[in-house]
Amino acid sequence: MSRISEDQVKHVANLARLSITEDEAKTFTKQLDDIITYAEQLNELDTEGVEPTTHVLDLKNVMRKDEPKDWIKKEDALKNAPDQQDGQFKVPSIMD
Amino acid sequence: MSLFEHSLKELTQKLNNKEITATDLVEESYARIKEVDDDVKAFLTLDEENARAYATELDQNADGKAKLFGLPIGIKDNIVTKGLRTTAASQILSNLYDPLYDATVVQKVQQEKAVTIGKLNMDEFAMGSSNENSSFQATRNPWNTDHVPGGSSGGSAASVAAGEVPFSLGTDTGGSIRQPASYCGVVGLKPTYGRVSRFGLIAFASSLDQIGPLTRSVEDNAYVLETIAGHDEMDSTSANVDVPAYTEALTGDVSNLKIAVPKEYFTEGVDEEVKASVRKALEKYEELGATWEEVSLPHSKYALSTYYLIASSEASANLARFDGVRYGRRSENADTMIDMFKNSRSEGFGDEVKRRIMLGTFALSSGYYDAYYKKAQQVRTLIKNDFDKIFEDYDVVIGPTAPTPAFKIGEQMDNPLTMYANDILTIPVNLAGVPGISVPCGFAENGLPIGLQIIGKHFDESTVYRAAHAFEQATDHHKQRPALGGKAQ
Amino acid sequence: MNFETVIGLEVHVELKTKSKIFSPSSNMFGDEPNSNVNPIDLGYPGVLPVLNEEAVNYAMKASLALNCDIAEHTKFDRKNYFYPDNPKAYQISQFDQPIAENGYIDIEVDGETRRIGITRLHMEEDAGKLTHKDDGYSLVDYNRQGTPLVEIVSEPDIRTPKEAYAYLEALKNIIQYTGVSDCKMEEGSLRCDANLSVRPVGQEDFGVKTELKNLNSFSFVQKGLEFEEKRQEEMLKKGEEIFQETRRFDEKTKETILMRIKEGSDDYRYFPEPDLVSLHIDEAWKERIKAEIPELPDARKKRYIEELGLPVYDAAVLTNNKELSDFFEETLKQGGDIKQASNWLMGDISAYMNKNQKELNDLALTPDALAKLTKLLEEETISSKIAKKILPDLVEDGGDPEQIVKDRGLVQISDEGQLREVVTNILDQNEQSITDYKNGKDKAIGFLVGQIMKETKGQANPKMVNELLIEEINKR
Repeated sequence: MSRISEDQVKHVANLARLSITEDEAKTFTKQLDDIITYAEQLNELDTEGVEPTTHVLDLKNVMRKDEPKDWIKKEDALKNAPDQQDGQFKVPSIMD
Repeated sequence: MSLFEHSLKELTQKLNNKEITATDLVEESYARIKEVDDDVKAFLTLDEENARAYATELDQNADGKAKLFGLPIGIKDNIVTKGLRTTAASQILSNLYDPLYDATVVQKVQQEKAVTIGKLNMDEFAMGSSNENSSFQATRNPWNTDHVPGGSSGGSAASVAAGEVPFSLGTDTGGSIRQPASYCGVVGLKPTYGRVSRFGLIAFASSLDQIGPLTRSVEDNAYVLETIAGHDEMDSTSANVDVPAYTEALTGDVSNLKIAVPKEYFTEGVDEEVKASVRKALEKYEELGATWEEVSLPHSKYALSTYYLIASSEASANLARFDGVRYGRRSENADTMIDMFKNSRSEGFGDEVKRRIMLGTFALSSGYYDAYYKKAQQVRTLIKNDFDKIFEDYDVVIGPTAPTPAFKIGEQMDNPLTMYANDILTIPVNLAGVPGISVPCGFAENGLPIGLQIIGKHFDESTVYRAAHAFEQATDHHKQRPALGGKAQ
Repeated sequence: MNFETVIGLEVHVELKTKSKIFSPSSNMFGDEPNSNVNPIDLGYPGVLPVLNEEAVNYAMKASLALNCDIAEHTKFDRKNYFYPDNPKAYQISQFDQPIAENGYIDIEVDGETRRIGITRLHMEEDAGKLTHKDDGYSLVDYNRQGTPLVEIVSEPDIRTPKEAYAYLEALKNIIQYTGVSDCKMEEGSLRCDANLSVRPVGQEDFGVKTELKNLNSFSFVQKGLEFEEKRQEEMLKKGEEIFQETRRFDEKTKETILMRIKEGSDDYRYFPEPDLVSLHIDEAWKERIKAEIPELPDARKKRYIEELGLPVYDAAVLTNNKELSDFFEETLKQGGDIKQASNWLMGDISAYMNKNQKELNDLALTPDALAKLTKLLEEETISSKIAKKILPDLVEDGGDPEQIVKDRGLVQISDEGQLREVVTNILDQNEQSITDYKNGKDKAIGFLVGQIMKETKGQANPKMVNELLIEEINKR
């Protein structure tokens, strides 16, 4: 039984803002299905009551003081902008 | 003989005594790059003009006090360098992107007056085990250029093995320093998670990534870690723990060292040659007065699945920022906002990156989170507990770094799962957050190096180094050099 | 069929820390576009967030003021979605372990007090600002990116648009009292989304709800909800199906307009933020913040009634506006008379502000000046007439009332001899009025007082004038 369908792959690609061709969808479906099928070995393990690990170190309450600091030059904010206008980043409109 | 045959400490002494100049070292570096990099293809970007100018400046105002004074360094291309092209080997950053700032490790090596030679090739966004996923070039193994150098820090390992630089910085998320170090016959350490600041490391998997040194010797490695380790207030996950003088731990004495050897690291997927080399290494340790016992890390076989779910999930978020708005590539076909996002990302990312973004997006998506992402995080706890338990009774865990020596270019590109299996012995270390090193421990029949992996307790790099150093000094694997550019160095 | 309305409100409040929540950029409103940004705000490759301690303190302060329980363990999560104003394509927010839960606000509507529950309060970062231009493109300014926010989610306890209005007023007032935010809707430091459903009375399940966005003032919230309430009721009466959708309020037509129909829930793929560590809030920390919370409106109102003896209505009016109440407090501290200060603030001063669309802070009047004005009245140095006369000057140009009164010679005449002379003169000139008075026409006294005031340019002590008049008339 496959763990992920071509439609799901297309849905996931859309969520991740990737456009994929029909051929790619097929290839990725096969590859992802292999990986996910392999990963299902984790179901052999009973993890009832096991705390998930997000951080391996037991750090807590890491904070900084509320002090504003200058960093980059103002004009550098837009230095790498693919497109800009009036000191702002320019993007195509939301409308399709 | 190449100047880089000397240890980093020796080089700084020679600089202090004015036997050599920083310019000599920089010229040595670029000469060797000119000689061999067409074959090795380790560097993506060279910073020749600035490096030469800086070396001249250092020679004129030499006080020689700084720890890395005048020493040439290569930096993996996912570590940001202000004003110097940084691409993470991806087309999505291949335009004139300027990172605007230096990574904390870059600031640290600069404070110690190292000279940046250039940026090193890698698998795109550190996703890969062969450097074949670089969107620019495939780096070659200096020992045999038909073979891969390993990955993702392939350029970092190959450049040191080829004598292009005496040391480099790499990053390790699932073995990306140790596996290429093993393939290229150099020393590579992944520090404890939190030991070295991640600030300025282009994130792949935030809870696993660490920066570490690749060097020709254990001593050099310890020497470099002393300068790059330490708490950084720009990285909330960097630990506020003192940095010991690692080089002082290199006593050569392992007489009371208790070694655990996990039986799971000698499974059928591991080459007999590799197993034999590691067993020989254990005999050497016995000769040196250490003791070893076979132990079990029972959840090891789940590490690969766990890793791919966690790392890909984090990566799917970390790489979402490449959207064509503020920096990096924007597609020519971006008439609408959605087209801008989709086309820029699809044109900018390679297949492996897309595959992992999709896997991670899937594992986090509604209805699958508990079954995949959360499950993996729980198994991560079990894997971490395995190590905690072993370290109650043993000082280090020793096994092979990689199941095989370097494979041939193109050999494993068809099946992602086969490729992923190269990291099966290094991944548990990242999941547990403990430090691990790879040191050369022999050669396969085809002449390619084999690496020994030594794993330590959290923040106990000193013991890892001590164990690695004692073995290294008792053997001569690390003294071998690849015959490259027509002549042995 | 009778319907019942169920309303829930989500309020975002910007915290006025000096720097941003996860980066050291300045957290200033209104600067030039993209001037308060650094690589962290711009989501550059390799940057990492570091939590601003003051943002946590402020969030705790707001939580405690809203009667919430503070979590012992809390953490941050990534909320993933692509949008140009969201530079990392994930927003650092809090998902399953918000910093605070289970709070409430008591509101008063039509003389009745109701308790509205607060489900949760969580911390997150604000996004940049996207401005849509007409010809197919938009511009992005990231100055606002990273401003600390708290999102306050109410329980579905609100039953009428009027209650929604009262809830928002009360919420805003409480937050303003804590000092953690300006809560200026016009500057976006307080934003509100509302959702509303209707159901037949007696039905237990909630109806299908719609979400209202783009609500730019409290009264628009109320009007939008009123429209929506009616729209849904009419649809149900006609047997039509209500869809889960997002609607916006059109300020011109006063109607709500469909923005988009929600298909399932959004998939934000929340997961714990690996770049930040967890927060453990112990009792000591909580106590420290608790101690920093100033007196809140309800407590202050109670004190005004019980200790200052103000009428309930006056106490409510004063405490419903932090600025007004603070001004009042300061006036009392400067020795101002309680009743006088309260009357002037609620009366002439509020009237002036309403008329001129001004805030208390915009006025030149100081609490010290108001205190002095009340003292001048109390000591009968000036009459209330004079006080009314000089108030506009104090409000517009400021100054010291004592000095103004002295400089303009407005001091009340309370010298008996001087007043008696004026009284005698006026009586001499108006004998008809004396006769009228003696014939029982009390109005005549008013006329005579008016004449005396005219003669003394309003400076005569009215009480003494009255007494002297009666005395002198009786002599004749």
